[in-house]
Amino acid sequence: MAAPVQRWSCVGKRWVLTYVDGGSRHGRGAAIGFTSRRKRGQSSVAQQPLITAQKSRKGEHEWAAVVGLEIHAQISSNSKLFSGSQVHFAAPPNSLVSFFDASLPGTLPVLNRRCVEAAVMTGLALNCRINKKSLFDRKHYFYADLPAGYQITQQRLPIAVNGSLAYSVCVGKKPSQVSTKTVRIKQIQLEQDSGKSLHDEPRSQTLIDLNRAGVGLLEVVLEPDMSCGEEAASAVRELQLILQALGTSQANMAEGQLRVDANISVHHPGEPLGVRTEVKNLNSARFLAKAIDFEIERQIHELENGRKILNETRSFDYKLGCTMPMRDKEGKQDYRFMPEPNLPPLLLHDTASLPPGADPQQVINIDWIRERLPELPSETREKLIQQYGMLPEHSFALLNEVGLLEFFQNVIKETRAEPKKVTSWVLNIFLGFLKQQNLTVNESPVTPSALAELLNLLDRKAISSSAAKQVMDVKRGNPRAINKLIGLVRKATLSRADPTVIKKILERKLSS
Amino acid sequence: MSSLLSASSALREDALRRLKREMRARAVKLGLRSWMGWRRGLTSKADPQRSGRVTAEVIEHLERLALVDFGSQEAVARLEKAIAFADRLRAVDTDGVEPMESVLEDRCLYLRSDNVVEGNCAEVLLQNAHRVVEEYFVAPPGNISLPKQDEQEPFSHN
Repeated sequence: MAAPVQRWSCVGKRWVLTYVDGGSRHGRGAAIGFTSRRKRGQSSVAQQPLITAQKSRKGEHEWAAVVGLEIHAQISSNSKLFSGSQVHFAAPPNSLVSFFDASLPGTLPVLNRRCVEAAVMTGLALNCRINKKSLFDRKHYFYADLPAGYQITQQRLPIAVNGSLAYSVCVGKKPSQVSTKTVRIKQIQLEQDSGKSLHDEPRSQTLIDLNRAGVGLLEVVLEPDMSCGEEAASAVRELQLILQALGTSQANMAEGQLRVDANISVHHPGEPLGVRTEVKNLNSARFLAKAIDFEIERQIHELENGRKILNETRSFDYKLGCTMPMRDKEGKQDYRFMPEPNLPPLLLHDTASLPPGADPQQVINIDWIRERLPELPSETREKLIQQYGMLPEHSFALLNEVGLLEFFQNVIKETRAEPKKVTSWVLNIFLGFLKQQNLTVNESPVTPSALAELLNLLDRKAISSSAAKQVMDVKRGNPRAINKLIGLVRKATLSRADPTVIKKILERKLSS
Repeated sequence: MSSLLSASSALREDALRRLKREMRARAVKLGLRSWMGWRRGLTSKADPQRSGRVTAEVIEHLERLALVDFGSQEAVARLEKAIAFADRLRAVDTDGVEPMESVLEDRCLYLRSDNVVEGNCAEVLLQNAHRVVEEYFVAPPGNISLPKQDEQEPFSHN
């Protein structure tokens, strides 16, 4: 029986001491105590079961956390940012590398048009001001996966600035209690990716694969407007959906197409901001919130015990569930920024300023791109709410799963049943079924037409809802369910139908 | 003696004034700007007056950053002379003049269309490598730290 433990929890925007059920006792030391608690798989703090929130002591025990994010999204393009080698995830090592990517002398960067368009689209979708003139710079540091010794980026004057991203968070225990928050976007810049290092500890060497070196990245810098892991995770999720809707990045965290670094500090409300640490290597959507919350709690714990926070870079250890200082980063880095001497300024135009008689291939028109922006997730959700009268949290759920929205719309097309019924079935029973079988929407054995037909039957009251659920059960591959169905049909036909015939008919219908 | 000095100083001022007039239209800042900013910061910390001395701390910092070896006091002196030479630019009045970001500012930035035209030359690239393991380049595990200041041999050999 675990005794209630005091821990820091995010209540609104404040971090307060609360009593939490189910916590393990502190181990040998505070850090390990944290670790073992993490192992118990406690998720985002906002949903912690609080025994008595009133027991928190206000005043000096109230902390506010400040979280800013730097998100790197790999641009979805055929070739790299400054060279014509291919962008592809899995390929034999060093096979997608040009002489420029390998930084051989005499090579020069040539900017990829598609990457500029992707940056402009993303900037417009995030309400940024697009800089008609932007500049490229070199950021110098030495590392084996950066053959040139510098990265071409846009530090002085990036392509887009001053935008905003709206996302929603749960504010209560019920899923319907969502509120919309906004985080400001400081800037969006184009930069090069580095190669990949594979550390071979036993042989004390690192293997370098330059396939990724030079791939175009969009760095999206979010201002420190967030206050906990859940807010950060929601913001990242919304950005992911936007990038996927635009087609500018596939934003798949598992494949390294979306990488997040978090800048975290804590302070007492009303006092100046605290020392911040940078947590790198957050490459998993699942662990993003956990890592940030861990770091916030670690900082609070350190400060509460009279210690100071070092302005350092830490990485998140997924296995241990805690942040550790990174080895190679000693002291503050001086990147010696200088203008990239081989690239003139990047000039963009709008319809008013288009130079007459210009080669369309050499000119980028911001207005032209703005007119052709695809529908953003927030618009899609709004349309669903207006068209089908569904609740906001349902619109979120429909967009959260790849292919689910399309499935839903196909069912709606073919069924006579009410939209609310379809929504409920798709989100609860169908999605639940997929999760249980660990399938994606595209792998589903149940087609939209099949579900539509089932719902039609239900609508006509030809079958009861429990019978319909059992049909889903059968699809799930549950053999006993089919016998139940046979039983139901027999009852419906007043025991006049032959069970074997019923079974044949059902099997034929279900296998279609 | 003093008249010679005053004459030469008058000449110098004259030249400077001419320089100011010419340079008022355009100022070349380029990469010197950020470097000068660092330099300005350095002198304001080390010495409010323009003394031109570069401290050993700064030399060590530069050596780590750029992986160069100043090697001798002579080299440091040469660096100080170079800084003093460039410092004369500060005599130019650049109020209200837009800095030049790049000598290429009137050129068009060529936009390449998004086609795959190179790559697939792993063998050729790996030829340059000192060590190779199964088509990967081999590097030491992480950056090798430079020896600390006191571990190094003192560089003041002329």
